[in-house]
Amino acid sequence: MREVAVLGIGQTKFGELWDRSFREIGIEAGLEALVDAKLSSADLGALYLGNMASGTLLDQEHIAPLILDYAGLAGRHLPAMRVEGGGASGALALHQGYLAVASGLYDFVVVGGAEKLTDVPDSAAAGITSSAADHEWEVVFGATLPGLWALIARRHMHLFGTTREDLARVAVHDHEMGSRNPNAHYRNRISLEQVVGASPVAEPLGMLDCAPLSDGAAAVVLGPLDVARRHTDTPIRIAASQVATDTMALQHRDDLTTLASTVVAGRRAFEQARRAPKDVRVAEIHDAYTISALLALEDLGFAEKGRAGPDFASGRFGLRGDLTVNPSGGLKAQGRPFGAVGVAQVVEIVRQLRGEAKDRQVPGATLGLAHDVGGTGATSVVHLLERVP
Amino acid sequence: MSIARFWRETPRRYNLGGSKCTSCGTVYFPPRAVCPVCTHHRQSIEKMVPFQLSGEGTVLSFTVVHDAAEGFEMQAPYVLALVKTPEGPVLTGQVVDVRPEEVGIGFKVRATFRKLREEGRAGVIHYGYKFAPSEESTAAPPLGPAAAGPPTEAAARDRATS
Amino acid sequence: MKAGIVSYGAYVPRYRITPREIGQVWGTDGDAMGQGLNVFRKSVPSPDEDTITISTEALRTALVRGAIDPQQIGAIYVGSESHPYAVKPTATVVAQAVGATPNLTAADFEFACKAGTAAIQTCLGLVGAEMIRYGVAIGTDTSQGAPGDALEYSASAGGAAFVLGRERVICRVERTLSYTTDTPDFWRREGQKYPSHGGRFTGEPAYFRHVTECAHRIMEASGTSPKDYAHVVFHQPNGKFPQRVGKQLGFGDAQMRYGLVTPFIGNTYSGAALIGLANVLDRARPGERILMVGYGSGAGSDAFDLETTDEIERYDRSFGRPVQWYLDHGVELSYAVYAKFRGKIRMGGE
Repeated sequence: MREVAVLGIGQTKFGELWDRSFREIGIEAGLEALVDAKLSSADLGALYLGNMASGTLLDQEHIAPLILDYAGLAGRHLPAMRVEGGGASGALALHQGYLAVASGLYDFVVVGGAEKLTDVPDSAAAGITSSAADHEWEVVFGATLPGLWALIARRHMHLFGTTREDLARVAVHDHEMGSRNPNAHYRNRISLEQVVGASPVAEPLGMLDCAPLSDGAAAVVLGPLDVARRHTDTPIRIAASQVATDTMALQHRDDLTTLASTVVAGRRAFEQARRAPKDVRVAEIHDAYTISALLALEDLGFAEKGRAGPDFASGRFGLRGDLTVNPSGGLKAQGRPFGAVGVAQVVEIVRQLRGEAKDRQVPGATLGLAHDVGGTGATSVVHLLERVP
Repeated sequence: MSIARFWRETPRRYNLGGSKCTSCGTVYFPPRAVCPVCTHHRQSIEKMVPFQLSGEGTVLSFTVVHDAAEGFEMQAPYVLALVKTPEGPVLTGQVVDVRPEEVGIGFKVRATFRKLREEGRAGVIHYGYKFAPSEESTAAPPLGPAAAGPPTEAAARDRATS
Repeated sequence: MKAGIVSYGAYVPRYRITPREIGQVWGTDGDAMGQGLNVFRKSVPSPDEDTITISTEALRTALVRGAIDPQQIGAIYVGSESHPYAVKPTATVVAQAVGATPNLTAADFEFACKAGTAAIQTCLGLVGAEMIRYGVAIGTDTSQGAPGDALEYSASAGGAAFVLGRERVICRVERTLSYTTDTPDFWRREGQKYPSHGGRFTGEPAYFRHVTECAHRIMEASGTSPKDYAHVVFHQPNGKFPQRVGKQLGFGDAQMRYGLVTPFIGNTYSGAALIGLANVLDRARPGERILMVGYGSGAGSDAFDLETTDEIERYDRSFGRPVQWYLDHGVELSYAVYAKFRGKIRMGGE
């Protein structure tokens, strides 16, 4: 297996992109990444496209060749495939692209992630995204994605004394960071009182505890590390790419306050990279709901079990803390275009490691982590990225 | 949802029909074809037997859903819970006939039979389990005498003791 | 008669609304309306309840109380005028939900408010003829009155299930007979959401004539008179009619007391007389004679001459909730929430 590097990144604005189609945003992010990698399309080996629900959102399956076609590459007859893993689709696509380059099968691949959630009514979008949970044994009985995460939150509060304010601080932080990110869906700062006082969605979670339904696309170009300097001054090595799964439904977990898939994917990733959580300076973690972020911090080893809330309150995870979390604004503020999320997280980590993140730059970051989750944790994906000295 | 897709699960959704591994005794709901806890789990294939849950349970965690799932809009806000059964499995379901503030972790419930959703006004109606407060939990407060109405027995008892 | 009641269960939804609350919406003195009808609360089903779910709850209680193997049930008949489907039986869902399928016959009955008593008679025939071991008769409704109509003050929801059999009979059926004519006092045409009625025509020529005639005939056939009965249960479209018909027939308040539940839960239509009978059985001691006279518009009465047996002392009445609990407990709704629950609000997309 050869070492793999990120050579180029691209991302559209996240948000309500009313005047832009799925094809347009997919192509924009991909071409931006190719240009960034100083790569000609003639060098491309394959496309991996992370997307959760184009069939139900757009009545369009078979989207990987579609994007290549509209990028003008149909005549190259490249292999292209869509990768699906609920909200973790983008990160899973990256894992596939990583394997393809590492194996030596392809030299350069584009990994894209794209989702268009505003082309259906909001109520339909909520129903479609809840298909990342177990439809037959959760959704049929009245469960929603925020509802399931609320069940986790309530249990966490019960066992560890996590407070409503502990949850709210995640959203406050995310919006603070989002205000510094021109691509973010939400760029407004919010107060603790606003989060706590927002209208309830699934108690204890309120409207401002939940990431929005966004449109957006992101892409990276991957290639062999040994030729990376030809394409970029700051190659970013993929130090680890790990996927883990767990039971589909929350109800089958022994421990409701831990995502075992995240614990395992994280452990495998640190083993693969021969690094430890303390080495990580910047992390993009799954914060579709504020409770998701607290769980992720504990499950990835950044906080002791049950302590993520107080740790968050201490400022440890802020821009000047010892581990900066979600400098992009996370899913909460940057936005949540399901299939694009996992790729966008890596795009942000690359920006941070390259030192290109401007007024949200985490100082001295050389090792970064990206963590994405599908549903309530049936899939977790962890990537570790490292600036090559 | 297609008719067949719901219909084939009715034994589970109507009657809490699960399965039990005859190798290790673990009970599953919904039923499983393979036992995840048996070390040699392939040996459990074809050794899973039907097993019906009693419908008793306690709330392991709960939420009050305001942003309702599709088809549940008329019931919002509603309580959604993870219910631990004495047989082992945990089930996801609504807790009905209760004020949300009455529900807590450890609240005792029992399965009840309700409408889950309708496929529109002309479509089929799906039924299945929900949970209601068990008889030891308070399910409905005693009613006072209605305006100008005859006293209920409970109200009469209250008066007798006050 | 060899067949009798082996077990029973009743169920009434949790929500209530008062005539005062309804009257406020229509500019009517609801209290006076309630006094006039002798109805002080009526039950309201949750949006997720219907005749199928109520019937299932009632029958599940009955099966546990009587320790009855559902696979021994040979027939399930559900009487209602509010079956959720116009075509597709209520009874098959109930049968599946209690684990009685597939070796049984099942059907839905409709005869306004006496479909449940008609189901009991049918089961008695099958059980008595030894065609089946147990027959289940259920009377349940989630009836609706048109907004503002007098019926709105009483039409409610609830039901009761009776298991009929030959062994371990807790209440013998000494005799049953019916009185039936073509009397159009109340009806609902196909496709109509709310029923129509003949106003005062529902009184003398309809309810009173049929109930009185039927009661007289069964007592004559049995050689009994009102004083022989510990309890009497009538169909109770409101709280007044049964009291008046009882007095006319010569029954006293003590005999009518437990059979009258409508003042507390409203008129549960097919469930009304059966919930009244369940309330009586909740309290009955061995050897008590009970007269039940149902009534259904359109029109007919079914009368039952019943007597509790020693077996009722051994029967486990402690499982599930007694009828009195439902009379005493509930949560009162505003008219707005009631209208939402009962589908009276026109939603988007309709």
